[in-house]
Amino acid sequence: MELYYLTAHELHDLLLKKEVSAEEICRAVFDRIDAVEEKVKAYVTLTRERAFTRAQEIDRKIAAGEEIPPLAGIPVAIKDNICTRGIRTTCSSKMLYNFVPPYNATVVEKLEAAGTVMVGKTNMDEFAMGSSTENSGFFATANPWDLERVPGGSSGGSAAAVAAGEAITAIGSDTGGSIRQPAAFCGVIGLKPTYGAVSRYGLVAFASSLDQIGPFTRDVTDCALMLNAISGHDPLDSTSAPGDVPDFTSCLKDDVKGLKIGVPREYMGEGIDPAVKEVVGQALKLLASLGAEIEETTLPHSRYALPAYYLIATAEASSNLARYDGVRYGYRAEDARDVVDMFMKTRSRGFGPEVKRRIMLGTYALSAGYYDAYYLKALKVRTLIKQDFDRAFEKFDVLLAPTTPTPAFKRGEKMDDPLQMYMSDICTLAVNLAGIPGISIPAGFVDGLPVGMQLIGKPFDEGTLLRVAYTFEQHADYNRRRPSL
Amino acid sequence: MITIKDVEHVALLARLELSEEEKQMYTKQLDAILEYAQVLNELNTDDVPPTAHVLHLKNVWREDEVGEHLPPDEVLANAPETEGQFFKVPRIV
Amino acid sequence: MTEYETIIGLEVHVELKTKSKIFCPSSTEFGGDPNTHVCPVCLGLPGVLPVLNKKVLEYAIRAALALNCEIAEYSKFDRKNYYYPDLPKNYQISQYDLPLARNGYLNIEVNGQTKRIGITRIHMEEDAGKLIHQGTIATSPYSLVDYNRTGVPLIEIVSEPDMRSPEEARAYLEKLKTIIQYTGVSDCKMEEGSLRCDANVSVRPKGSREFGTKTEIKNMNSFKALQRALAYEVERQIAVLEEGGRIIQETRTWDESKGVTLPMRSKEEAHDYRYFPEPDLVPLIIDRRWVEEIRATLPELPDERRNRYIKRYDLPAYDATVLTATKEIADYFEECVALYPNAKAVSNWMMGDLSRLLNAHNMDITQCKVSPRQLTDMLKLMDRGTISGKIAKTVFEEMFATGKDPEQIVQEKGLVQITDEGTIAAVVDEVLASNAKVVEDYLKGKDRAFGFLVGQVMKATRGKANPELVNRLLREKIHSQS
Repeated sequence: MELYYLTAHELHDLLLKKEVSAEEICRAVFDRIDAVEEKVKAYVTLTRERAFTRAQEIDRKIAAGEEIPPLAGIPVAIKDNICTRGIRTTCSSKMLYNFVPPYNATVVEKLEAAGTVMVGKTNMDEFAMGSSTENSGFFATANPWDLERVPGGSSGGSAAAVAAGEAITAIGSDTGGSIRQPAAFCGVIGLKPTYGAVSRYGLVAFASSLDQIGPFTRDVTDCALMLNAISGHDPLDSTSAPGDVPDFTSCLKDDVKGLKIGVPREYMGEGIDPAVKEVVGQALKLLASLGAEIEETTLPHSRYALPAYYLIATAEASSNLARYDGVRYGYRAEDARDVVDMFMKTRSRGFGPEVKRRIMLGTYALSAGYYDAYYLKALKVRTLIKQDFDRAFEKFDVLLAPTTPTPAFKRGEKMDDPLQMYMSDICTLAVNLAGIPGISIPAGFVDGLPVGMQLIGKPFDEGTLLRVAYTFEQHADYNRRRPSL
Repeated sequence: MITIKDVEHVALLARLELSEEEKQMYTKQLDAILEYAQVLNELNTDDVPPTAHVLHLKNVWREDEVGEHLPPDEVLANAPETEGQFFKVPRIV
Repeated sequence: MTEYETIIGLEVHVELKTKSKIFCPSSTEFGGDPNTHVCPVCLGLPGVLPVLNKKVLEYAIRAALALNCEIAEYSKFDRKNYYYPDLPKNYQISQYDLPLARNGYLNIEVNGQTKRIGITRIHMEEDAGKLIHQGTIATSPYSLVDYNRTGVPLIEIVSEPDMRSPEEARAYLEKLKTIIQYTGVSDCKMEEGSLRCDANVSVRPKGSREFGTKTEIKNMNSFKALQRALAYEVERQIAVLEEGGRIIQETRTWDESKGVTLPMRSKEEAHDYRYFPEPDLVPLIIDRRWVEEIRATLPELPDERRNRYIKRYDLPAYDATVLTATKEIADYFEECVALYPNAKAVSNWMMGDLSRLLNAHNMDITQCKVSPRQLTDMLKLMDRGTISGKIAKTVFEEMFATGKDPEQIVQEKGLVQITDEGTIAAVVDEVLASNAKVVEDYLKGKDRAFGFLVGQVMKATRGKANPELVNRLLREKIHSQS
């Protein structure tokens, strides 16, 4: 396999054996980008020079006999809503088309400390609002498996980059499924950690109580390595979980004997494509054959997750996005009569329609007379949804479900009806509302398109998710397939 | 359920300027979404506490120590308009 | 003509003097070049998050305890959403339904009566930035923004509508300032903006049970302005009602130069702040033991201290009030009386010459070069007769200017009082001899002539002659002559 399609741990072995240099890895990835980026369009900004400088630094360290961490020299793509000092961070929005942060997100600091090489900033749905990356204010990203189809969203660029060999690993953000869903559509692994496990400092906020940063990788080992690098308490984030980070690679065991897996019936119902159900069914058979105990379970309030999510997320977003007003950074409308007019024109021209839609929905949900009926009501339903999971986890170690109702849909297919688009997230939303971890792993193919299955875990039990995923991976090879770009 | 007047009011609160076409479109779309959200009323939540935070963290704070400031040129680097060391905005009515 | 009753409530914002801001480590230092005390967090850059400064909570609890409030066991922050160029996030992190403290009060004295004014609530919030306009905000073609002040910690203190006159309102604000200064959590200087006050005013016919429509008055930048503005607004409202009109609920600004309140340009819409719990900050569970620890570190508060001075030092209420106006003044006074038992004498000097000189030089007592020991040493010199009361005034001025000990000044300037009868007698003889006409005038009944003669003796002795001796000897000699 080409260098750009190997995993980080495979490349690390090659680096240690001096069979390849960090610069060669970097070149392989950038050559790949030169070859396919025109078709995929995963990146908003490429940081080519910086990457090579970094790679050369790593090579010097290796030559000097220094011990290098597992991710040293590994090219990583960063979603464009994560602040990178001195490098444009746009959230794929006209509003921030020229914003250059003077500071690094904590996650970026950690990845630099881990020796990774930043390839560039990836395309996304504007301000993380969308499920197809078609809401990007700049351009759409294509699914490397079928260029007529969407890569998913909102972290479409990051997922596509990893799938296409334009990065070895990537990070994205997940508020209602924005890592897991594109991972499923692009045939890679995507993990949303427990809320609080990874610092949000430097992640441009969409919905503060739901957002989390997480990795895209080609196998579970890489996922554990990335999680090791980015997790941990951050004093700059008041919602960051205290306590030490376990070594997630110690969870990589090929063993699910006696593991109790629950399959919520609401996630295998009529809204799910039969072909997807078939793929998940086969995966369950495999896990059962390896000793797992599979049983159907129920999360009775599942159907309320979507409306609850769309009230809570948009309410928080309407407030988080208020700061984009043209005063201190970003786009400013030049032809304003006065400051209020400037706010109006700046925001109307700087934001795309989906962002405006959600801001208005959220503002409405919080406005006088409606707060109790909408926002507060949604917060209460959130409690019920969380309780569903708590009850299920009394009996089960993990839950298993499809990641998405269908494989990747065609570009333009869902753009006319927002509600239709929101439905792509029905398998993932509840996990964010409950703040628990979820991982999507490649579980099969339908008509040549990847299908992902989702494992959902107890709070801070990413370890069990990794173990089940790792076991599955040892006995199936879906994650080793590559698109023919 | 939600009218154009509602949309105009909300747009003003959110500092968004909408064309007549947009107002029509958003009224329809928001109405559909809110209509769908009515399903939440199927649930009796009288005795259910709201979850504003999923992690049950309390009392997170820091010591009263002065840290590094941003150098002034970095502060203003992204500003659309400045005057001296100030941000500049159009008249405030 | 109907008699009207005035109802006033005050909303006071106090800047807490922590070193760093409420949600980030930027400095709270006043002054400073524009936009030099800022960081990504207080600038509201994309992606930043707030972290609470523990000292802000401690200071807020301290102030709330000094104002007799109940401290909440569970409290949280909320977002108050509105758009303004001095508010980087276009929301302010504040507290809405679960404020830090409630149900407090303070006592004011007006016209010899003590009255309790209730305090509804106290909550923490972050300050906004500063806007600078060319001319007035209404005429300026553009405005400049300085974010140094964004994120400076504030407490908002909301009173019950218990005040019934502008005098009571002023007394409340002055008392509030004194109490908070005693706790040390704020300098409470209106001129520096660390104490700000808005008022809600309404009137109603005496005997009526319903409240009238209230207006909010802003932009009162001194105690005097507060009193004047309220007096004006009350009159204005009464005039409107007397003419059969209705009071419009609105926000009005006090125009200092014109001496009137004017409606503020109406905002685009009535404020719908869309409060919701701040998701980036976690709730506070306030430990009762910690609250008691804080309470134990409170100093003796102004009212108690004042009453103690009246009892213990036998001082008139007026003196006691002046001497407890700030904690520093009271501390200074007590250091003095620890060294010198005549409390009234100390009081007189502090309220008199010391106060005069401090005001003249725009200083407060902490900057005074005269230490309590030096002041009391001077008083002891007076008691011993080394210097007269008049000379003491000169000595004091010199001490104030140089910080030198009184003994040193007396030596250097040769100010030791002349108490030797013989010496004074000689001078008296000379003066009498050279002012025969004046002596005649005095004997004829012109009493003021005596003062002139005293003055001449003093002049000849450069003020150092003991006044009682001068008087006695003059009288003796004059009468012995005649």
